[in-house]
Amino acid sequence: MPEIRLENLVKSYGRVEVLHNINLTMNPDEFTVLVGPSGCGKSTTLRMIAGLETISGGEIYIDDTPIKNLEPKDRNLAMVFQDYALYPHMNVAENMSFALKLQKRPQSEINKKVIEVANIVGLADFLTRKPGELSGGQRQRVAMGRALAKDSSIFLFDEPLSNLDAKLRGQMRAELALMSQRVQKNIIYVTHDQIEAMTLADRIVVMHDGYIQQEGTPIELFQRPANKFVAGFLGMPPMNFLNAELIEQDGKLHAFGDGFNLVLGSELAQRAKAAQCKDVILGIRPSDLDFNANAKQNQSLELNVIISEYIGAQSALICDIGGQKVTVELKSETPIALGEKLKFAINSEKIHIFNRTTEIAI
Amino acid sequence: MNSINVNRMTPYMFMAPAAIILAIALLYPLGYMVFGSFREWDPSQSIGEAEFVGLKNYITLFYDPAFRESTWVTLRFAFWVVTIEMLIGVGLALFLDRNIRGMSFLRTMFILPMMIAPVVVGLMWRYMYHPTVGTFNRFIKSMGFEGVDWLGQHALSSVIIADIWQWTPFIFILSLAALQSLPKSALEAARIDGATPWQQVRYIKLPLMAPVLIVTALLRLIDAFKVLEVILVMTEGGPGLSTEILALRISRTATEFRELGVAAALSTYLLLILLALTLAMFAYTKISELRAQRIQAAAEEGY
Repeated sequence: MPEIRLENLVKSYGRVEVLHNINLTMNPDEFTVLVGPSGCGKSTTLRMIAGLETISGGEIYIDDTPIKNLEPKDRNLAMVFQDYALYPHMNVAENMSFALKLQKRPQSEINKKVIEVANIVGLADFLTRKPGELSGGQRQRVAMGRALAKDSSIFLFDEPLSNLDAKLRGQMRAELALMSQRVQKNIIYVTHDQIEAMTLADRIVVMHDGYIQQEGTPIELFQRPANKFVAGFLGMPPMNFLNAELIEQDGKLHAFGDGFNLVLGSELAQRAKAAQCKDVILGIRPSDLDFNANAKQNQSLELNVIISEYIGAQSALICDIGGQKVTVELKSETPIALGEKLKFAINSEKIHIFNRTTEIAI
Repeated sequence: MNSINVNRMTPYMFMAPAAIILAIALLYPLGYMVFGSFREWDPSQSIGEAEFVGLKNYITLFYDPAFRESTWVTLRFAFWVVTIEMLIGVGLALFLDRNIRGMSFLRTMFILPMMIAPVVVGLMWRYMYHPTVGTFNRFIKSMGFEGVDWLGQHALSSVIIADIWQWTPFIFILSLAALQSLPKSALEAARIDGATPWQQVRYIKLPLMAPVLIVTALLRLIDAFKVLEVILVMTEGGPGLSTEILALRISRTATEFRELGVAAALSTYLLLILLALTLAMFAYTKISELRAQRIQAAAEEGY
């Protein structure tokens, strides 16, 4: 399976540059997810790899072969589109075998391939139906089957699950994960859904405003986000951000803010001292706050509960501290009342600190 | 009248003016025509004085070689006109469906012929076809070749060319609209699947455009059977009967031969041909609607 390399990739529409010097290497047999909010350039990047968008600058290499000037059909890749992009006048079998037919493969081989793929995507009973006669989930499978049937080594997915309802999306996500293990291809997957990114990816590339913010394994990105954007984008409910000032007292580094005074752990304190940055933003994940009435004053936050969102086993509490909002995850059976002031302990090693002006992690 | 009744009546009241005009301007003359077609009717007589002859006019026409020739000319005219217009119109649309500077200007230019009054088109082409001072022959002669007898020996072809010039834009704009409403991502998928531009046209674009193209062709066919002014101005049906299409034959039967009954019977024949075409079109839309409904129902049965 090939390696895909993007070098200084630039895309501009007229004078507006939407992608700025993207450098990225996608290793063989890796499931890479490009994730970011709408308009971050992730779909454009994918479509440039596919050859559906022209490249304004830089180069794309597949195994060291530059492909900038190749037609999509000469790039040996398969793609699944957000709206499935099935051929409405062809039945399922014809949809899946269109590429093979164009390659003039013998009919017996085409039939064999169609049946093989139909079994993988679970559509063996629907081969003679037209896309209009299928449900959303089935159409999605046809789109995947069509990509699989092509036997190309690179798989591109452009938000393939975003047109499905929530339940079906979860189901298809699991099937996709299974399929990707089975087919061993180089997969590039674009989504705006951080849950899809976290669950499917071997490697996540977070994009924002046409720049790559950070790339790495899901665990790396979750535990050590490079900046405030990545920290806030991954994880649900999103990370809490509190403005604070770092001040050294009695040999310890304190983070002072409206309504709190936290002592930072030694490792964190060392990093913060090295960075010599006073005005910071603290990042605290909702799951890292533990309800504990006996917590020490400078290792906890005292929060005023405003809203409680019942989700099931967990509830999300939206609280207030010194005018800033903080979300906390809590077991639903914990007895709390709105308006109450509660103490939440923080593991000080799990606090993230960002430079307030650059928003880069310290 | 209570309010429920008024509500029920409202749509009919809105439709009434149109229905009345339709009855006066269409159904009444139509009935008059069919009524007249059963009579030996001279323009000097009122319809009441005309003698009732039953189906005689229809039977005479059926065995009349001039009528048969005229029908044959009409069929040939309609066939060639629609076939060539479809080929050029769809071809142009496929070719011009892209974003190039000045394309909107080009598209407007292509549509211009359709906006010119048929009589003017006829006069224009008659001038251009003129054997000695016409544009075409002057050009051909200046190149050192012999002039072509456009409206003599090649009258039908010349008339067909003029009609193609005038009506290809109609097919062009409808095809272009159909093309631009095709699902973009399906075409992108085809590019990734390895389809060359020609294969995209053959396997994706044309099949998806087919419903619009069929209706367009039928509309053009119906129109082609009714064409009159352009040919009247260009050739008056001549030389001989070579360009005498049915509409022209009808007008000559009524005015020159002064046989109103026969002209009415001729019109009824033409009406029957057009009715068959219209019914075919209606059946086609009905069938595709039913199919769409069935497909939808099947999809809802899935999950």
